[in-house]
Amino acid sequence: MADGNGFANASPTAGDGIVPGGASGSLRHESAAMHVQGSAAYIDDLPEPRGTLHLVPGLSTRAHARILSMDLEAVRQVDGVVGVYTAADIPGDNQISPVGKGDEPLLATTEVSFYGQPMFVVAATTRGAARRAVRLAKVEYEDLPAILNVAEARAAGSPLVWRPMEMKRGDVEAGLGHAPRRLSGRVIVGGQEHFYLEGQVALARPGEEGEMHVTSSTQHPTETQHMVAHVLDRPANLVTVEVRRMGGGFGGKETQANACACLAALVADRTGRAAKMRLDRDDDMTMTGKRHDFVIDYDVGFTDEGQIVAVDMVLAARCGWSADLSGPVIDRALFHADNAYFYPDVRLRSEPLRTNTQSNTAYRGFGGPQGVVAAERVIEEIAFATGLDPLEVRQRNVYGTHDRNVTPYNMVVEDSITAELLPELARRCHYVKRRQACRAFNVDSPYLRRGIAITPVKFGISFTATHYNQAGALVHVYTDGSVQVNHGGTEMGQGLHTKMVQVAMRELGLGTDQVRITATTTGKVPNTSATAASSGADLNGMAVLDAVRRIKRRLVEFAAAHWNVGEDEVRFAPDGVHVGHRVIAFAHLTRQAYFARVSMSANGFYKTPKISWNGDTGQGRPFYYFAYGAACSEVVIDLLTGEMKIDRVDILHDAGQSLNPALDIGQIEGGFVQGAGWLTCEELVWDKAGRLRTHAPSTYKIPACSDRPWVFNVELLENAPNREYTIFRSKAVGEPPFVHGVSVLQAVSDALASLDGYRTCPRLDAPATPEMILRVAERMRHGNPPA
Amino acid sequence: MIEGTDLTGIRHGIRFYVGNECHTLADVAPTRTLLDWLREDRGLTGTKEGCNEGDCGACTVLVVRLEGDRLVWRAVNACIQFVSMLDGAQVLTIEDMRAPDGSLHPVQQAMVDQHGSQCGFCTPGFVMSMVAGRKADGLAQDEHAIDDMLAGNLCRCTGYAPIVRAMRQAMQAGPDHFDAMAGEIADRLRALCDGATVECDGPAGRLTIPASADALAQAMMADPDARIVAGATDVGLWVTKGMRNLPHVVAIGQVPDLRRIECDGDGVYLGAAVTWQEARAALADILPQPDTEIIRRIGSVQVRNSGTVCGNIANGSPIGDGPPVLIAAGAKLHLRRGDARRVIALEDFFIDYGRQDRAPGEFVEGVSIPRPGAETVVRAWKVSKRFDQDISAILGAFSLTFAPDGAIASARVAFGGMAATPRRATRTEAALEGHMWDETTLAAARQAIMDDFAPITDMRASDWYRRTVAANLLTRLYADCGPESARADISVRAACANAGGHAHG
Repeated sequence: MADGNGFANASPTAGDGIVPGGASGSLRHESAAMHVQGSAAYIDDLPEPRGTLHLVPGLSTRAHARILSMDLEAVRQVDGVVGVYTAADIPGDNQISPVGKGDEPLLATTEVSFYGQPMFVVAATTRGAARRAVRLAKVEYEDLPAILNVAEARAAGSPLVWRPMEMKRGDVEAGLGHAPRRLSGRVIVGGQEHFYLEGQVALARPGEEGEMHVTSSTQHPTETQHMVAHVLDRPANLVTVEVRRMGGGFGGKETQANACACLAALVADRTGRAAKMRLDRDDDMTMTGKRHDFVIDYDVGFTDEGQIVAVDMVLAARCGWSADLSGPVIDRALFHADNAYFYPDVRLRSEPLRTNTQSNTAYRGFGGPQGVVAAERVIEEIAFATGLDPLEVRQRNVYGTHDRNVTPYNMVVEDSITAELLPELARRCHYVKRRQACRAFNVDSPYLRRGIAITPVKFGISFTATHYNQAGALVHVYTDGSVQVNHGGTEMGQGLHTKMVQVAMRELGLGTDQVRITATTTGKVPNTSATAASSGADLNGMAVLDAVRRIKRRLVEFAAAHWNVGEDEVRFAPDGVHVGHRVIAFAHLTRQAYFARVSMSANGFYKTPKISWNGDTGQGRPFYYFAYGAACSEVVIDLLTGEMKIDRVDILHDAGQSLNPALDIGQIEGGFVQGAGWLTCEELVWDKAGRLRTHAPSTYKIPACSDRPWVFNVELLENAPNREYTIFRSKAVGEPPFVHGVSVLQAVSDALASLDGYRTCPRLDAPATPEMILRVAERMRHGNPPA
Repeated sequence: MIEGTDLTGIRHGIRFYVGNECHTLADVAPTRTLLDWLREDRGLTGTKEGCNEGDCGACTVLVVRLEGDRLVWRAVNACIQFVSMLDGAQVLTIEDMRAPDGSLHPVQQAMVDQHGSQCGFCTPGFVMSMVAGRKADGLAQDEHAIDDMLAGNLCRCTGYAPIVRAMRQAMQAGPDHFDAMAGEIADRLRALCDGATVECDGPAGRLTIPASADALAQAMMADPDARIVAGATDVGLWVTKGMRNLPHVVAIGQVPDLRRIECDGDGVYLGAAVTWQEARAALADILPQPDTEIIRRIGSVQVRNSGTVCGNIANGSPIGDGPPVLIAAGAKLHLRRGDARRVIALEDFFIDYGRQDRAPGEFVEGVSIPRPGAETVVRAWKVSKRFDQDISAILGAFSLTFAPDGAIASARVAFGGMAATPRRATRTEAALEGHMWDETTLAAARQAIMDDFAPITDMRASDWYRRTVAANLLTRLYADCGPESARADISVRAACANAGGHAHG
């Protein structure tokens, strides 16, 4: 199916201005050939400047304590150690709170607030020397009470890291009071380590007169630039942050890259030498924030027919020791606590709780998936209470397009397709027949049980902080007709750069060999937003399009005048630029344009229209549009051990008019497995001292190859251009498919429900590890939770 | 003195190839990892560090060795492979995968064609595992063979589906450029074989590579504190994570008389340098269990290619998967000190946490496992959070020998993860022995196992889970090889296999 031109199937037909491999075609990842040869350079692969120092952070070994003394003499004495730096060495602000809360010192001073907090940094001529030296620090602590989880935080009346949010519509008390049926419960959802394969890393190189160049594995170069500038006490124009590619991000490098970048810059500034900090995996997992775990209490009123009347929920999250992005993360959990369902009377409240653990942060979905887990639990409860198939309960509660279409945050859902998607997927994957087969299997299988479930996703696209919804691009066309594209987004594997190249290819009628993407740098496109919230292609694609079209406009004007044709007779096509009856090479046009003194460089800009959101009043339209999809998972569980295997998964997903079907399917497959891992085998465990015990892949288990569904059918929804005007009518695809993993949790629950003849909701919490599954199985069988 | 041997027949340096370049190192630190050496000393940065503990596979490289007349290709984790273990080897890294004419290796091409890379960081490691997988003897052409081949490589982006598609494509592709080079590689490796003992004494420590078991015995008598390293899949972590300094390393991985596998009617003998991967077929032969799943689940291909059966015993870990299986099978451990040899029951080797029955200067020379009779059934099950490459929460191993009347004549039951050492469940064995294998006996055994162990709670599982599953594994044993009326399906994976083997995704 692949041909020799670098694109595979599903590319649009050539001709009429559509470039093979251009936007909407399955162009391969721009770095694929380098990836497979090991020649794609990550930061630790770059040649090190002469005299580069290697840094290792000294981490606290207490969850909450006063630092009485720090004796670093033995550290300094180690061969190869050049210096040891503490907060006292910071020339500017010892502060890296990404939200301006001032609650996140770069290096601890008088107090440590979690086990793993950086207190000092060792610089040595080799990484090995720094790693050996850091262990020799002698720190005296005076322990303070440590609060480690939601329950302890609530019991201790721990302060919140962010204002609580309340979303309210209608009268929830009255709704619950009048509902024919009512139930309440609690669902616990675990956190998740990002486990990007490339750990946190930054290389800082000092320049002239206080200049600092930082190559950082960051999803947010502009913020990293600001942090470095503040820590070093200098203006942003002296600091350049650059990133060509990351070895995975998933949200874990949106704010968490800042510490490494700032510490590297600090040492580079103090020593005048290049300084690199690449965290050891254990340090990385011990130090950096993760997905928030939640405790969600729900109270729901409904009818005998399974229709929801009112929902009251409290969503409490372990935020860790500082605010970081917890505020907007928890808000997004509320924004998605309805998933795809209409709640007539509703109240959603958040509790962002401060704890003495890693500061939880952005992670693919940004709180949204946790909200969806709660919504799907509510659906499941109603299904068991009414005896209906959960799919039927879902169908009866999905958003309408003309009525029953207002969210708890008072946004009208204009584009809901869940009502059509669910039955369509059910039909394609033979859900009804297979559900019957599962139940038949379970009747006479003593130890193995099968379960199946379909869940939808409706995911709001846009940063809820409206001002982030802007992007810039810088495009250069050189006289030889080659094109360089730069934009504010970062590449972490999702294929953003590929899509951006495709936008320029399609507009200019060029092939891959003529359009090159360059590293993201604050020196080319300033004041950017994080590559996050699934927004990378939406925002930057439009900015690239804007820049390209500006240049194109000038070229059209020039060509029309030069060759004396109408502007409407100039067209950029794969076979060249059509100018009247002539077809000329693009390079010929650019050369002529240069001689005619036409500017062939332009910046582009984009801001998302229509959106606004006021968190205080709970009013506005936080999302430009929604992305939709549905997944069906079938699993087998073992009642003797709790072991589980995902047997088959079918996904139907809405990527609008896909910019690149192959990359989008890659996001869906990968997102699903990551989501399923979150809810099954991935378990974070802290001990009583607050030390994370699952700080390496030996103890923290992300899905392996054989954990993927053995039958795995992923389809993009056909003929579904975005109703809103987005880049070539595509839809964002980074986060929404992650939510499909929820179907696995529901399928495991369905299998467990067989233990009492499907009479009660198993109330399976996440992660559904073998132990969790066995515990619920024991409870279902004996009625009591095991000791 | 490096190139040849000195007057006493000792060579003072190690020699190995990386790509087409021969390296001779006289003073490399004995615990310098291959990964650090490649990246920092050689500037070969295509091989990545993901975890530095042999779990993620991003650092996978190929180690090719001449064994007899044939080349054996092994994927290993460079992060926990010491350079000092590579004497006489041909190392190939991702930088060597492109053909001399510049074209991509069929595996690389398949990964590109199938969109098998996203962030690309794990990709070189996957490519190396896939290249090695194609070279494996008798590679089955199914999905489960691919799962096994890739169990030691983690990918966080793709969900593995496109990588599996790429492997399917690569399995259909023709020979690679290494096939044409096989003779050349064999010749160059043959030229490195001099049968000499190697001694290197550098600023960062001492390395001994004994040429024979006798030489090893002498070396250990001379320096009882020397650290024996076979595959370094455990010792590697002492260095990369524990930052431990090992002043004297004795590398035994290639000692010829420790690499013996003897298989006869009585059983199997495995020398101390036999890896899990090499032992797999022999063990499968005498521990019949469907698809030798228990060995497939020890580490990953990379770990089994380095880690040895005896190393898994000698390090005394409470969570090694080998010992409980071998104890249940009635294995005997062969110990040697100087010229003195003794043979003990394997279970007697484990005295307490961190304490084994091994005298200073003594070492494990091999392990022997008796062949069970026709009247004996052997089963072992590992239970962990993740199926592949995880550390057991519990591992239960069972050997039941039936009398002609159907009663259990003898029972050997051993568990890992239930105590500070791998241990036999003596009360459970007593509850089984002499009884018919029926519901009553099962109930008694389930009761007895509660008295056998007082497991701990840790990040892998709670004590409740461990006790409950330990008892439930007896039920599983009953469902698997109890009376016909009690038989039932017991494997979630087998239940999915029919569909999975023919995935159309």
